[in-house]
Amino acid sequence: MTERNRLEAGGRIDRSHPLEFRFDGRSLTGYRGDTLASALLANGVHLVGRSFKYHRPRGVLGIGAEEPNALVQVARGAQTEPNVRATQLMLYEGLEASSQNRWPSLAVDLGGLADLASSWMPAGFYYKTFMWPARLWPFYERAIRRMAGLGRAPAAADPDDYDHMHAHCDVLVVGAGAAGLAAALAAARCGARVILADDQSEAGGQLLGERYEIGGRSALAWVSGAMAELRAMSEVRVLQRTTITGHYDHGYLIGCQVFREPGQPDPVGVPRQRLWKIRARRTVIAAGSIERPLVFPDNDRPGIMLAFAARAYCNRYGVRSGSRVVVVTACDDAYRTALDLAAAGVGIAAVVDLRPSGSGHLPRQVRARGIEVLIGQRIVGVRGRARVEALRTQSSAGGAIREIACDLVAMSAGWIPSVHLFSQARGELQFDERLGVFVPLGRLENVVCVGAARGTASLRGALQDGFFAGQVAAQACGLAGREEAQDIATVEPEEAPLDWRGIFGAASLGGRQFVDFQNDVTVDDVRLAVREGYDAPEHLKRYTTAGMGVDQGRTGNINVLALLAEARAEAMTTIAPTTFRPPYQALSFGAIAGALVGPLHAPTRKTPMHDWHAGRGAVFENVGQWKRPRHYPSAGETLQAAVDRECLAVRRGVAIADVSTLGNIDVQGPDAEAFIDRIYCTRMSALGIGRCRYGLMLRQDGMIFDDGIAARLGEQHYLVSTTTAGAASVFAWMEEWLQTEWPDLRVYCTSVTEHYAQIALSGPRSLELLGPLVDIELDAMPFMSMREARVAGVPARVFRLSYTGGPGFEIAVPAGRAYELWTTLFGAGERFGIIAYGTEAMHVLRAERGFIMVGHETDGSVTPGDLGFEGRLAMDKPFIGKRSLRRADLLRLDRKRLVGLLTQAPDCVLPEGAQLLDEPIDSPQSAAPVAMIGHVTSSYFSAHCARSIALGLVRGGQARLGDTLYAWVDGRAIEVTVTAPRFLDAAGKYAYG
Amino acid sequence: MSGERTAIVERGSRTSIVVRGDARDVRFVRAMAAATGLEPPVAPGTTAHHLLDAVLWLGPDEWLVVSETQPGHALASRMQQALQGLHAAVIDVSDARVVYAVTGAHARDVLAKGCALDLHPRAFSLGQCASSLLAEVPVLIHQRSAEPCFELYVARSVGEYVRAWLRAAVREHLHASGGSSP
Amino acid sequence: MLLIPCPWCGPRDETEFTCGGEAHIVTPRAPEDLDDEAWGEFLYLRTNPKGRCAERWVHTHGCRRWFNVLRDTVTERILTVYEVGARPPQAGDD
Repeated sequence: MTERNRLEAGGRIDRSHPLEFRFDGRSLTGYRGDTLASALLANGVHLVGRSFKYHRPRGVLGIGAEEPNALVQVARGAQTEPNVRATQLMLYEGLEASSQNRWPSLAVDLGGLADLASSWMPAGFYYKTFMWPARLWPFYERAIRRMAGLGRAPAAADPDDYDHMHAHCDVLVVGAGAAGLAAALAAARCGARVILADDQSEAGGQLLGERYEIGGRSALAWVSGAMAELRAMSEVRVLQRTTITGHYDHGYLIGCQVFREPGQPDPVGVPRQRLWKIRARRTVIAAGSIERPLVFPDNDRPGIMLAFAARAYCNRYGVRSGSRVVVVTACDDAYRTALDLAAAGVGIAAVVDLRPSGSGHLPRQVRARGIEVLIGQRIVGVRGRARVEALRTQSSAGGAIREIACDLVAMSAGWIPSVHLFSQARGELQFDERLGVFVPLGRLENVVCVGAARGTASLRGALQDGFFAGQVAAQACGLAGREEAQDIATVEPEEAPLDWRGIFGAASLGGRQFVDFQNDVTVDDVRLAVREGYDAPEHLKRYTTAGMGVDQGRTGNINVLALLAEARAEAMTTIAPTTFRPPYQALSFGAIAGALVGPLHAPTRKTPMHDWHAGRGAVFENVGQWKRPRHYPSAGETLQAAVDRECLAVRRGVAIADVSTLGNIDVQGPDAEAFIDRIYCTRMSALGIGRCRYGLMLRQDGMIFDDGIAARLGEQHYLVSTTTAGAASVFAWMEEWLQTEWPDLRVYCTSVTEHYAQIALSGPRSLELLGPLVDIELDAMPFMSMREARVAGVPARVFRLSYTGGPGFEIAVPAGRAYELWTTLFGAGERFGIIAYGTEAMHVLRAERGFIMVGHETDGSVTPGDLGFEGRLAMDKPFIGKRSLRRADLLRLDRKRLVGLLTQAPDCVLPEGAQLLDEPIDSPQSAAPVAMIGHVTSSYFSAHCARSIALGLVRGGQARLGDTLYAWVDGRAIEVTVTAPRFLDAAGKYAYG
Repeated sequence: MSGERTAIVERGSRTSIVVRGDARDVRFVRAMAAATGLEPPVAPGTTAHHLLDAVLWLGPDEWLVVSETQPGHALASRMQQALQGLHAAVIDVSDARVVYAVTGAHARDVLAKGCALDLHPRAFSLGQCASSLLAEVPVLIHQRSAEPCFELYVARSVGEYVRAWLRAAVREHLHASGGSSP
Repeated sequence: MLLIPCPWCGPRDETEFTCGGEAHIVTPRAPEDLDDEAWGEFLYLRTNPKGRCAERWVHTHGCRRWFNVLRDTVTERILTVYEVGARPPQAGDD
C-alpha cells in the first residue's frame, strides 16, 4: 500500500484494481471505486485549491454534490474541463487533474495577498470602489476578470459524444438511498413503471458512508438485496450516476447521466454523458440531505470537513482523513463520526459540543470509549493555515481558551434537506424550528418528498416514508397491485435535539467566519449587507454573492438566512428562502446539445436535384431548412461573375432553375372558390380552369403575409403556391381559418410541397427547348396558364409563367422522377447553351422587373398599397385583412412606399438595409439628428441593365419620382435618384407579368 | 423484449394517398372500403391493414392510405372514382415521404433518443400510429410488428438527415449486438 | 415543458403544439361597420390574465386540429380542453 492514509481494510473500493493518476503533476495512486477526493485524502492531500476571492488555501469539505472547495481542472492533451468536483469525479487510470485559482502554485499563491487585504474588501467592494469614473469600468473589469474566475475554459472543440434520451414512467424516484429504494420497491412491486435515478456510482445514498443495520443485517446488504430485486423487474429502469437537475411543469424532469469522466478514454462507443428527459406521472423525491457546516473563525482551513464526510471517507473508501480528530457539533449525529473513526483506529482528541448538555445514547457511547466530550463550548478559532493544527475553544460562559491539537476537525450543525427539486416545481417550504432548516410544506400534486429530503431524521422513518410514498404513487397511477406496509427493524439510538441557534460565533470573535466557502462570503459580509439595507434574501444574495457559486450555496445558504434573521432580530419563520431554480447541478454544453451537433445540428432539407447541383459546384445557401443553390461558379469565378452569366443566360437564351422548395397546397371542395377568395386580397374566383394568377395574402391587420401563384385545376380545385419560407405557415394558417372561423366552408387543404419537385425553364429559348419534349401545344398556352402534360414521358403540370420578368415555364413533377426530368431537360438544352441558375440570379432577375420578394420588400409592416397593389385589391369581396386597410394609419399619404433607386455611379451597389435621407450630411458628427425617410430593401448589380439597381421603401413613394435622396453608407452619403420600381421593359412591351 | 438485433432499414418511398372525408358518413366509409378493401379507422392513432395495404389515422377527417403493392396513380384514381359526389378529397402524395424501419431489441431506445412519444407496449401497441417529432423533424410512426418494428414516414427532403441521425442513434447498439444501419 | 392533452391524440409534449393566443375573441360579423378604435381593439387588445386563461392551441405536429385549453397561468395547470366553438366551461377548481 502506497497511500499513507489508507486503512488496511474496509471500504467499497476494489483493492485488486489499483489506479495511477496525477494531481498538480504529482503521480499518485488510488483504487477503482475511489473518487478523486477520496484518493487525494488517502494520499494525505488536503490542500486542493484556492478560494475565489481571497485565494485562501482550501481543502475537501464534503463528499458529494455539496462540495464547495475541491473543484479541479481535468485535462488530457488539449482537452480540459474546469470546475469538476473532486468528490464526484470517479478515479480512472491516467487521470490528470490540477488545482485551480492559484499562481504560480497551490502552495505559493500570490493571489493570496488578497486575503491580507480582505479587511478593505468587504461585501459590495467592487460596486463601491470601481464605480467612478464610469468610463474606466471597462478597464477595471478586465483586470478584475483576470484575477477572478475558477479554472480555464477549453479552447478546442469537445471531441466527445453526447446524446439525449426521452423516458416515461409511472413513478420517478430521485435518489437511491434508504427512502428512495423503499419507494422504488413499493411502486415496482405494485407493477408500476419505475425509474430510479441516483447521482452516485452505486445505490445506497448516505448508507454507503454509515455502519447502519436494517432488519438485523448490514444496511448495505439490504441495499444490494433491494437493487437485485429492482434490477430483476422488467418495468424498472435504474439510472446510476444520474443527477436529476431540473424539475419542470407537468412531471417533466431533466437528468444528466455520466458514463465517462472528462478525459477518460472511450472503449465502448457510449456517449460521455446522456441527458434524460423524463416524463413522470408521479415523482418521489428522496434526494437526501446535506450536512450543515458550523460557523467559527477560520472555519475554512484545510483539514476542517463535514462530520459525515469524515466518517464516510473512512467507512466507504477506507480512508483516514486525519490521525488526530476533533469533532465539533451542535447535534448528536456527529458523535457517529467519533465512534466510526475510533473503531477504525483513528485517534479522537475530543468531541466539542456547542450545546449545554450532551447526554443522549451517542454521547454516552462516545464517553464509554474513553473519548473526552466537552459541552457548552464555543469555537474561538483554529491554528494552522495550509492545514489545521489545533482547535481553540472555550466555554460559552467565557473563561480560559483551550487549544486542542488536531489535524482534522469534523463539524456538524445538523442536516439540510435537499428540497431543491421540490422547490423548483413550486413546492412551498416552511421553517422547521426543531431542525433549524426549511422543509417541504405539504406535498405538490403528483410530487412528494420522502426521507431526509423532507426532514425525516431516522432510518426507520425514511424507510417507512419511502414504502408508503411508493405505494401511494403506484396506486395513483391506477395500479391495483398491493404492497404490504413494511416496518423494518433498524437499530437507532434516540437523538437529542439539535441546537441550531448556537452555531454562529459572536461578532466580537474576529477572524473570518465563512458562510459561503466557494464565494468567500463571511459573517461580517452578511451583517454589513444588512446594515446597508440589503436585508431581503434576494438582495442579500446578490449583494454578497452568497449562494451564487457553482455549488449554489448548498452548504451555506441556510447559515446565510439564519444570520439574516439574527441581524434583522426576527424569527426564521419570517424569512422566505430564495427560489431554487434549475439546474440543480450545472449541465455541460455537450449534454445540452446532445447528438445535434456538426452535420446533425439542425434538420437539413434537400431537393431531389441536390446531388446534381453539388456535382456542378453549386454554392448553397440556407433558406429556412432548405439547401438551395445560390449560384454555380465556374472555376475561379466570383459570385458576381457567376450571377451576371446566369442572369444573361435567362435574358438571352435559356436557363434552368430548381424551384422545388416553393410551397404547394392542394385546395379542394365545394366551397374552394369562396375560400380562395377570402385567403387572397386579389380576386381568384374569376380564374378560368387552367389559369393562374399572382396574389397576396394578408394578415388580419392588413399587412402582407405571403405571396404566390394560385392555379385553378378544376371547378372546385385550386393549387396554391407559397414562398419557400412561408410554405408551412401558410398551410397552417389556412387550416386555422377553416377550423376556427369558417367551419361551414367545405374545403380540404393538403400540403403537396414534398410530393412535387418543380423546375423553372427561363429565357427566350425556353419554348424552343420544351416544345418538342411535351405532348401538348405549348404555343397555344396563354401566359399564366397551366396544363397537365407528359414532359419527356413524365406526368407533369406545365405552367406558363415566370418570376424573372421574361418568357418561361415551370414544370411540376412527382419528386421521385424529378432528377430524371432535370437531366433530360438539361441534356436537351445543351444545344441552346443552357446553364443552371441559382437564387442569387433569381433575385436580380425579379428585381429588374420590380417583382417584390416577401421578406425583402415586406417586413410585417407593409400593406399592398405600400407596394403599389391598390389597383389589384378586390374590395368588393370579403378577404382577410380587408377592414384593416381602411384604418386611418394605413391610408396616410406619407407611408413608406415602393420605389426604384438608382445611384449616380452605375457600379455602386448600395447595401440592403441602408437608410435613406432627404439631406446629405457630411459626417457622423453632424449636430442635428436627421430624419430617416426610408431604406433600401433589395439591391444588386444587374448585368442586363449594365448598372446597379435597387428597390426601396420611401416616405411618399412615387410622389418623389425623380427626387434626389441620400443613402447613408459607412459614414458617407451616397446620392440616389428615385425611379419607378421597374428597370426592365419599363414600357411593358412584353406581356409576361 | 426479443433478442433480435437492432437495425435501421431504408424502405424508400411508398404509395401513399391522403384521404379527407367524413367517417360518420356511411357512404364515405363504404366507398373507401370498396376502393381500398379497408375502412378508415376512427379511433385516434389506429390503423386498419390488410396484407401489405394499410390505412393510417392522421386526424379525425384525414387518413393516409399506404400500399406496397399498388402504384399510387392507379389507387388514387380508383379511390377518386369511388368517392365521386361526396365531399371528400383524394391526393396522391406517394413521392412526398420516404420510409425507414427501426427494428430489433433496442428499437425503442433508438427512437427515444429523438422522440418524446411513449412507445412502451403499455402506451403504444402493435398496429398503432402517431404523428410526432423525431430529431426535430415531423414524423409519422407506425408499429408494424411486435418484433418490434417501427416504420417512420418522413418528408423526402429530410430523408438524408433522418438517415444520418438514425445511424448515429443506433451506433451504441451495433457494438453490443451486431445490428446494422444503412 | 407542458404536457398538453390533445382531445384527439392524448397527452403530448408542448413542442408538438403551437399556441394561438386568447380564445373566444369573436371576429366581428360586419367589420366594415366598426370604427377604427373598435376594430383596433379587436385586433390588438388581449386580457392577458393572471390565473385562469382560455387559449387556442393547435396540435401542429400531430393531428393538426385546433382546440381550446383552459390553463392557469400561475400554476401552469391545465384544467380542461374543449372544442373550438364551444363555450368556456364554467368549471369549479378541478
